[in-house]
Amino acid sequence: MKRFLLAALFFAVLLLIWEALFRAKIWSPVLLPSPKQVAVYLESAAADGTLVKAIVVTMRRLLIGYIIGVVVGLPLGLLTARWKVLQDTLGTLALGLQTLPSVCWVPLALLWFGQTEAAMLFVVVMGTLWSVVIATETGVRNVPPIYSRAALTMGSKRLHMWFKVILPAALPFIVSGMKQGWAFAWRSLMAAEIFVTILTGFGLGQLLHYGRELNAMEQVIGIMIIIVVIGLLADKIFFSPIERFLHRRWGTSQA
Amino acid sequence: MYRVPRHRSSAAEELEVIAPSKLAIENVSKRFKGASGEVLALDSVSLNVAESEFVCLVGASGCGKSTLLNIIAGLEKPDSGTVQADGKPITGPGRERLVMFQEPALFPWLTVFGNVLFGLKLKPNLTNKDRHEVAKYYLELVGLSRFERANIHELSGGMKQRVSLARALAPNPRVLLMDEPFAALDALTREQLYGDLQRIWKARKKTIVFVTHNVREAACLGDRVIVFSPRPGRIRDEFAVNLPRPRDINSVDLAVHSTEIMKALKSHSQPEVAIAE
Repeated sequence: MKRFLLAALFFAVLLLIWEALFRAKIWSPVLLPSPKQVAVYLESAAADGTLVKAIVVTMRRLLIGYIIGVVVGLPLGLLTARWKVLQDTLGTLALGLQTLPSVCWVPLALLWFGQTEAAMLFVVVMGTLWSVVIATETGVRNVPPIYSRAALTMGSKRLHMWFKVILPAALPFIVSGMKQGWAFAWRSLMAAEIFVTILTGFGLGQLLHYGRELNAMEQVIGIMIIIVVIGLLADKIFFSPIERFLHRRWGTSQA
Repeated sequence: MYRVPRHRSSAAEELEVIAPSKLAIENVSKRFKGASGEVLALDSVSLNVAESEFVCLVGASGCGKSTLLNIIAGLEKPDSGTVQADGKPITGPGRERLVMFQEPALFPWLTVFGNVLFGLKLKPNLTNKDRHEVAKYYLELVGLSRFERANIHELSGGMKQRVSLARALAPNPRVLLMDEPFAALDALTREQLYGDLQRIWKARKKTIVFVTHNVREAACLGDRVIVFSPRPGRIRDEFAVNLPRPRDINSVDLAVHSTEIMKALKSHSQPEVAIAE
């Protein structure tokens, strides 16, 4: 409770500073709207449905792409860790592509898929996939051999070994890779949405883009706040509980 | 027509003391390729272990005692020679012969109870209820019932090794292979575990092969102590320890035996580093 109050106080102070800057009229109100103007925009956007629709469009792209990335990346990572040939080939490719900022896939995606949902999905998948592949591979390689030796003597083989020993042992690595993949996917999707308009759905990035076109600063700031809040929620609702579980089980440092 | 019911063993059956194995190791050799060329880890080693015998293998590091243990476990294959359990050749790892390692190989993603349950879940023909019952029995046996929900990192070194022991005992193996299981523990904890191990061995009647570099520990636990020498790994001596059990590691009679074994060990081991003239 004390921590919550402190955080609430911090954000209240931020808002006050913002309001004070607005009233001081250092910048034109076109460039720096007041917190209230932003709130009014968010309220009207929420009321006429544009905000909810945009969030749904964006989250759908993100989630579908992310799930594809994880579902494909996990087995690829396992295979890469298992066979030396794949490590030297696929592993190197994954390492290289992971260093490529995933927004760099946007031009290619547009030429290949046109202005379609597939292009957006492709960018998100590319953002997620390579982080998951590399984290899974690293995780599996770091599993102490004694675990599999102990499991072998108890009669664990092949699939049982992979699912009940190797994968759980590699879990801390895999989760951090999934988190990184999520961050990459989220960033690249926002970039892609700002960059290109796709007629099948206006996402948050497009709202941000039109805010700029219309010189509607309250829209720009409002959407940015929404994007930040979604990022925070994803972390608090999805990743934090998993990480807390891992810390508790493994006894690693408390986050 | 009537269907023959598939055999299901109950928890009570599962907990019965089963016949321990007899081990026959004949002319086993094993080479390793290392950075400094080939090492003959085991050089035609032969050893027989009787049912429910407690045999300790002692020797300096690099004498191949752990390699022999791994070969009995089926985790490694000998280059030549045969290893048999109850007349059948050992071709790979199996839950008839379970290993307790020096570093606790407990799984950090499972609780204490989950770890003990791990091997039991791999045993067919048991209901989950029976598996739980069996796991509880062994946690009780090692004195850790209160900690069944604990995470592994919350345990002390001694407790971890107790869980390892319970995990190795739970699938009811015929042979227990122990690779310096107490080497990393403090003296007090170790003494407690000597007592517990002797008590459990008596109750569960396992054949035990115990690797250690601690001669006193070997004399305290073993019916027989086998002395290895390194480079190449060979069996040099063996001593029968006929002291009454349970044995106390601090007793004078034990000291007499361990002194004798130590003398033999020293006479067979060259110094670690030869000093150049």
